[in-house]
Amino acid sequence: MVFTKTDMFVVSYRKVWFILSAILIALSVYAIFVYGFNLSIDFKGGTLTEVKYGERPTQTEVESKVSTLNLGGFSVRPSGDFNYIIRTRELSRGEGLSLIEILNSPVVERQNTIGPTAGSELKSKAIKAITVVVLMIVLFVTFAFRKVSNPVSSWKYGLATIVALAHDVIIPTGIFVFLGHFMGVEIDLLFITGLLAILGYSVHDTIVVFDRVRENLRINQEENKSEEFDITVGKSVKQTFGRSINTSLTIFITLLALYLFGSTATKDFALLLIIGIIIGTYSSIFVASPLLVTFYKLQK
Amino acid sequence: MASRKYLYISILLLAIFMFLGYFLILEQKPGARFPFRFGLDLVGGTELIYRADTSRVPNVSGAMQSLKEVIERRVNIFGVSEPLVQTERAGLVSGNTDERLIVELPGVSDIELAKKIIGETPILEFRLEKPNTEEFISTIASGTPVTLDDVFYSAELTGRYLSRAMVEFDQNTGAVLVGLEFTSEGSDLFAKITRENIGKPLAVILDGAVLSAPIIQSEISGGKAQITGNFTPEEAKILVRNLNYGALPVPIILATSQTIGSSLGDEALHSGLLAGEIGLLVLAIFLILWYRLPGLIASLALVSYIILSLTIFKLIPVTLTAAGLAGFILSIGMAVDANVLIFERTKEELKKGKSISDALHEGFARAWLSIRDSNIASIITAVVLFWLGTSAVKGFALTLGLGVLVSMFTAITVSRAFLFSIAPKKETIVKRFLFSNGFHKN
Repeated sequence: MVFTKTDMFVVSYRKVWFILSAILIALSVYAIFVYGFNLSIDFKGGTLTEVKYGERPTQTEVESKVSTLNLGGFSVRPSGDFNYIIRTRELSRGEGLSLIEILNSPVVERQNTIGPTAGSELKSKAIKAITVVVLMIVLFVTFAFRKVSNPVSSWKYGLATIVALAHDVIIPTGIFVFLGHFMGVEIDLLFITGLLAILGYSVHDTIVVFDRVRENLRINQEENKSEEFDITVGKSVKQTFGRSINTSLTIFITLLALYLFGSTATKDFALLLIIGIIIGTYSSIFVASPLLVTFYKLQK
Repeated sequence: MASRKYLYISILLLAIFMFLGYFLILEQKPGARFPFRFGLDLVGGTELIYRADTSRVPNVSGAMQSLKEVIERRVNIFGVSEPLVQTERAGLVSGNTDERLIVELPGVSDIELAKKIIGETPILEFRLEKPNTEEFISTIASGTPVTLDDVFYSAELTGRYLSRAMVEFDQNTGAVLVGLEFTSEGSDLFAKITRENIGKPLAVILDGAVLSAPIIQSEISGGKAQITGNFTPEEAKILVRNLNYGALPVPIILATSQTIGSSLGDEALHSGLLAGEIGLLVLAIFLILWYRLPGLIASLALVSYIILSLTIFKLIPVTLTAAGLAGFILSIGMAVDANVLIFERTKEELKKGKSISDALHEGFARAWLSIRDSNIASIITAVVLFWLGTSAVKGFALTLGLGVLVSMFTAITVSRAFLFSIAPKKETIVKRFLFSNGFHKN
């Protein structure tokens, strides 16, 4: 295969990609610290009531009615064309009923109540799950690449995978915190699920590229060919480029269908995954692989 | 001939998948043995998650099992179709800090009715009088409230040991009695208590209120007892009902509740299916346009993948939720990845000037390592998610995890057999075009 200078742009211009990613991460972290998470009742506890009207009253009308009940802080958000989602603190049976009553007894689409302890328990469980996934994956990558230690040792493949993984989790989170602040999108259990799915995908994608590096290193060794490490990485990225783009495109197609035609319950989820797939594909090509080269140059 | 062998395998696989597809359609008719099981978010209904207080129970798993049975009985009395009652253990595996009882009532969108079905949680217990009660009563001023613990101590006999209660009539006087029947364990305990406490009152306490405190006349063995009292038939009936309800082995507290109207569920199901169909169609068009003949094979493999997954979902059965459908739709995209990896490898081999057949074999062999390693990462994620699981997350994890496994299987069986069997022995420009892909020229 002819391998030209332009094929090396991923590796050669790595500083450009690193700076781009650093800016995105900085913006995300900034958003997380300034706006904070817009947590759903899954984690805070509370009651979510979705009601459906034949003819929907205005939001202010609903808000003023709910406020007469003195339930403390609450939020009213329209959903679809006929529905309102009302979030309140945890309601007792009586309070739940009087809420429906004061809204002129619309059709109750759903009413979910989560106790505060169940919520905080879930939060710690979610954090545990993310930690466990990250640990398991790093161990797995280190194991899978154990035979490759020259010129970059196998744990550095693991390290590059984690950096890409953190990148892929922080940026979508930042975007969702941003959406949460301006459009009321909430961080719920499905969000955590989506984040973990992105995490799995990110590693999946990174491993495919690294696998190619592993193979090329082996071929070079067998053929007794000496090749600069950055050339090997650049070649591997180029060889897997078509596959990376096409695979993300196929997943993107199905997710887009889910976003456009799927249930309202999974819309935010589909959006999160779409963002995650784009960022994940970007990072395995433009972050994880060039990082290997940087690690290599650092040890020289 | 190698390619003939693959031809036979292909025909066999086609037959199997056609049969499975037929099975799927057949089993979707009403009254089928293996219908799809849909989650409450797709059919509407109520989910109640209770936290069980097992702090006072010595045999936790036994108590939870009998709790489950009691609740199942109650739910069945109310005639809810296909209810699901399950317990979730505390501990590292489930990640819970307490024992839980999960009750799913499809079609019940009235949460108050649902709570009534489960019932409030009356606790039945038997207590004995403390030895110095009379002295104690004489020392306090009249009108001072006395707690149960001041007067009685637990006889260790609770509703857990009661198998049932019923209304009975005294054959001589016609007085209304309440008959109790203990389990075998309860019978022994009851015999021991009555033997050791003849002449003393035994208080029957429901939810902290003394129902009656009959004086023990003699040792009662055989596990049957009667509560005498001046009951009207109506009172006795209520008491019996309360006792049967009160036979809950452990107290339960409602932790979360979720009600979904059936219209919302319908919408979620139909739009989920629509999204799946459109996604699949666009995906197939993309694959065929880009990868040509192998793309067609990949689309066929994808259909086989979907048929196989759906069959597994039916047989296990996997409860399909909105999140589960999303996981499945995501896994369709990931299932294509294996094929894409193989085709891209094949393309490289073709470029090196190999014959189509050699390039295909080589493509499979070389793509396998990355398919395996990258999918292991996805499986790890799915397993952890399943462990995290509330029902929504579990549904997602299960469909994603199964999807990844099935996709690996279909990639190495279906795609492989089909591709190898059509690999031409004599090459022409047309055939070479059909097996190439993308914008690249050969």
